[in-house]
Amino acid sequence: MITFIVRRLLLTIPTLLVISLVIFLLLELAPGDPMAQVPLTVPPEVKEKMREALGLGQPVHVRYVKWLYQFFVVEPSLMIDWLTRDSFLLGWMPDTSLYNGDLRVISWQTRSPVMDIVVQRLPQTLWVVGMGYLFGVLIALPIGIYSAYRQYSIFDQVGTFVSMVGFSVPTFFTGVLLIVIFSVELGWFPSIYDTTLKVNSFESFLMQVRQMAMPVTVLALYNAAQISRFMRSSMLDNLNQDYVRTARAKGLSEKVVVLIHVLRNSMIPVVTVIALGVPQVFGGAIITEQVFKVNGLGQLLIGAIEANDLPMVQTLTFIFALLIVMFNLIADVLYGIIDPRIRYD
Amino acid sequence: MTDASSAPRNQWLDVWLQFKSHKGALVGGIVFALIVLTVFVGPWIWTIDPTHVEIRARNKPPSLSYPFGTDQLGRDMLARMMAGGRVSISVGLTAMALAITLGSSVGLLAGYFKRLDWPLMRLTEVFQSLPLLPLLLVMVTLFREPLAGAFGPEKGTFILIVGAIGVTSWMATARIVRGSVLALKEREFVLAARSIGTSDHKMILRHILPNVVSPIMVSATLGIAAAIITESALSFLGLGFPPDFPTWGRLLYDAVDYMQQYPSRVMWPGIAISLTVLSVNYLGDGLRDALDPRIRGR
Amino acid sequence: MKLKTLMLGAVAAAAMAPAAFAERGSDGHVNVIYWQAPSILNPYLSGGTKDLDASALVIEPLGRYDQDGTMIPYLAETIPTLDNGGVSADLKTITWKLKSGLLWSDGSPVTSADVVFTGEYCMHPEGGCAQLAKFEGVEKIEAVDDLTIKVSFKEAKPNPYGPFMGAQAPIIQKAQFAECLGAKAPECTTANFGPIGTGAFRVTDFRPNDVISYEANPNYRDASKPAFATMTLKGGGDATAAARSVMETGEFDLAWNLQLAPDVLANMAKGGKGEARSGFGSLVERIMVNMTNADPSLPEGERSTAKHPHPFLSDANVRKAMSMAIDRPLLVEIGYGQAGRPTCDLVPAPAIYISGRTECMTQDIAGANKILDDAGYARGSDGIRSTKEGVRMKVLYQTSTNAVRQDFQALIKQWWEEIGIEVELRNISASVFFGGDPGSPDTFQKFYADVQMYANNFDGTDPEAYMAAQTCDKAPRPESQWQGENISRICIPEYDAKVAELGKTGDLAQRAELVKELNNMVTNDSHMIIPLVDRGRVTGVSNTLGGYILNTWDSELWNAADWYRIK
Repeated sequence: MITFIVRRLLLTIPTLLVISLVIFLLLELAPGDPMAQVPLTVPPEVKEKMREALGLGQPVHVRYVKWLYQFFVVEPSLMIDWLTRDSFLLGWMPDTSLYNGDLRVISWQTRSPVMDIVVQRLPQTLWVVGMGYLFGVLIALPIGIYSAYRQYSIFDQVGTFVSMVGFSVPTFFTGVLLIVIFSVELGWFPSIYDTTLKVNSFESFLMQVRQMAMPVTVLALYNAAQISRFMRSSMLDNLNQDYVRTARAKGLSEKVVVLIHVLRNSMIPVVTVIALGVPQVFGGAIITEQVFKVNGLGQLLIGAIEANDLPMVQTLTFIFALLIVMFNLIADVLYGIIDPRIRYD
Repeated sequence: MTDASSAPRNQWLDVWLQFKSHKGALVGGIVFALIVLTVFVGPWIWTIDPTHVEIRARNKPPSLSYPFGTDQLGRDMLARMMAGGRVSISVGLTAMALAITLGSSVGLLAGYFKRLDWPLMRLTEVFQSLPLLPLLLVMVTLFREPLAGAFGPEKGTFILIVGAIGVTSWMATARIVRGSVLALKEREFVLAARSIGTSDHKMILRHILPNVVSPIMVSATLGIAAAIITESALSFLGLGFPPDFPTWGRLLYDAVDYMQQYPSRVMWPGIAISLTVLSVNYLGDGLRDALDPRIRGR
Repeated sequence: MKLKTLMLGAVAAAAMAPAAFAERGSDGHVNVIYWQAPSILNPYLSGGTKDLDASALVIEPLGRYDQDGTMIPYLAETIPTLDNGGVSADLKTITWKLKSGLLWSDGSPVTSADVVFTGEYCMHPEGGCAQLAKFEGVEKIEAVDDLTIKVSFKEAKPNPYGPFMGAQAPIIQKAQFAECLGAKAPECTTANFGPIGTGAFRVTDFRPNDVISYEANPNYRDASKPAFATMTLKGGGDATAAARSVMETGEFDLAWNLQLAPDVLANMAKGGKGEARSGFGSLVERIMVNMTNADPSLPEGERSTAKHPHPFLSDANVRKAMSMAIDRPLLVEIGYGQAGRPTCDLVPAPAIYISGRTECMTQDIAGANKILDDAGYARGSDGIRSTKEGVRMKVLYQTSTNAVRQDFQALIKQWWEEIGIEVELRNISASVFFGGDPGSPDTFQKFYADVQMYANNFDGTDPEAYMAAQTCDKAPRPESQWQGENISRICIPEYDAKVAELGKTGDLAQRAELVKELNNMVTNDSHMIIPLVDRGRVTGVSNTLGGYILNTWDSELWNAADWYRIK
């Protein structure tokens, strides 16, 4: 297993390089212009000068190599400097000063380093989208298991109905519906998320919970709907297998049979689905963030795409790609743990 | 089952009998057929043009002359729902079928053939990583005019949309199917089949595929809902059908602003999408049960 | 010595205290929401309105336009004019004088060197300054003394109020930006995110594309202002949500640019927490008619260029009929309500420039049909007309994606089909449509359609540059990388001559006459541009926010110093 992981990790490097190039070329090819949001009152000659100042005049390969250098050399060196200087964990180490003042990846919209904004956005993304996902998974698994165990019972029927409706009705609708009910009519929760809120007392914690309640609910329902369907179908596949009959015949308790034997064998598709979803947590939930004004990474990406802020889009997309590759690897490793018969070499 | 003992029976007849006895599947099937019938045949009975603007009849509540009411320009909602349903259902089913076929094929091949696993999964990762919006914009810039030239504007747009949704949504299915195949491959019955010299081709189609049908079915049901919503997102980018062309996703989105004043306007498309997905889900459930030999005949 | 200064300071502070503490900061916190989030607080690096407005709280120009478009001095003592001698008789120089005793928010004095530096910063050849047009024709900017600045132009400048006037050209601090000239501009993140200014507020926390926190500027020139101690400017979401947060939930005090359907706004106003206010500027929603042929069968590089005139839209009769078929008051009622007025003009304001023509206000389908019949466009069996050469009259009508615009498309399509012109609709994502990517077929400059609809306006109160956009040489074409402002590809030599004349005329009354003539030449007399709606700006204002005055000629947050809480 260890050799498998090491080999796969090494092989991800060329994969990631190819991905970064494909993304770069795709963005290059996509129609769009960073000047799209500049008012029409600004004359074309001025816009042309602004484009030049962004470095758009340079040939594609020069810009790609520049980005590679900035992302793989400049940004990591800054990161290491920070780790050895200010971080709690490694602050005791001697200060490295790797960063030599080279230009970092600069966003065209804000003219500031992209990574700083990404770091700024992480907390709200992880709090809201991450919690939404975590709750979604936590709800989905028991519902899926019980629905399958009692197939076609009232519980299963209601669960199916709710999850299908939950998945069919998009979050731009459920989000606004919740706002109209709970913010406008009842006044329980704020409709706009305050990203500057610092949690340092019980009151501010309560405030944080209140402002997270609606977006987390919307996301949890949506995620739960999807994952519970896979859990249910996978459990159903296994509940009728011969080994279940054998286990029951051996006199194992129902609990052990269902929750240990069947569940373990049913986890492969579910693990895949869950692992596929984690990078999307970091990618943010574009619509939900937009509806509740959470302004996390999803909002950052969509804003950058609308403004054709290529360095920002490239960097964000690549970070997501990195996570996708990593979590696919994690899923593969988990397959081997769940079912030791699965071998890759 | 009744007289199961006599002559060797047709397998598909068995499947059909099982399917028929599945209450959920039957109801799902009937509802789905009704929806399809309404949206495809309905426009011949209810002949109002869905894009006709009737200025004096703006924002009318449901009534005899407008059973579903009218929108902010006085367009008849029933006509729009039917016209929209035709597009949404066709796009939803076709795009889902494309994505599922692509995804299952890639997943089966990658899971079954060790040599193909690495390249196919890396390809999947590349597709997973591509940012959706720029990808769609590029596809439209490159293919809109050639497709419109080859198939006419409407068919061209349809092919473009289905292609765009299909090509950008097969990856999850591929990963799920591959994971299941990896586990299945090591099961005893596969080893047994292999030991009697079953060919790879037969092995995949007769032994592996039937055992990964259920996750595929789930992906398919969820895929329809996702495709209907994605289609509406495309028309916002100006990548889909012309703006006066209604689809369920678009009707739902347009109505969200009017949720408080005219709640019925959000409900129609919301119910239509949910009902379609629910009925397909039950159909899928019935089909899965019917295809499972362990359940069938019990 | 030390003790003495301390004591003096304390006494001074005590003496100042009652006045200062009674007013500044006494009203607590104010919340503003922009559904587009500000990205940067340096207006010279971004032309976006959201960025301009967010920075207007902090940095100020020498003079601003008020809600009537009148110039009022901000950092300047007075507005220089010909009458007070501030503008030279040959119209080649303008001399500004700063108010004395002005301080930056860091406590240092504002001097003419800062103003001169601001000009240098924007006019740097490598800077890519977004407001360069404001400095067009400037020969040099010099400091006469500590408080006096003289701007000289290369040629006589009838409107010398480009530099340092209005929201687009505020004064930045030399000390802060000295190292940020030209190509170095993007490296000055701290300065770009937190400029030191003279405005009522200063930045305490800037989160790009998310939220900005401000606090009252302790060195603001009016010791009793601003009434609010702190301000939050939240960005993101959509107009509906922004309106809801002010008018229904009351979480915010001010919501910017609520371009929503009138009945949605009216329903929200029932929430009773706030109201929608509107004001009119120079923004006109219009249909641009393509004078050239955009047929996809033409070779690339010749589509939508002067090489191929449009087969039927080049006929004034057809354009006139299309304009007559439109019911503008109805469009306003459906799409804009109180935030729109029907208009026949490209220049709807200021008052002296309004042509006063109103014949387009009433819809006349029968009249339009008659014009087309008389001009020889016969209807085919399906009711669609064709030209004498047999070209079917079908137009592709494109615009950006936006709920109101799509409603307009549907309405106008129906009217045009009633006069026998077939219409195909297309909507394009705003980021592509308004972007100038020469590789995309869908930009408004390329205009690969027959008609297209969008809105445009002009900065400040002088429409000269706006009118000059319609000259022949400004048509987008492949040789100019499809850049250019003459979107309709209008080419009237007489028009070009009048534009040149306008550039030399200094007398305001004469200028107004010329602008009216130019306006009618492209709109009411030839319908190459079909104006639809004079679009106002709509702002949601909380019932508890006092002192807010909606201004369409300058930054929307121009008078934040005067805001207060109604108790």
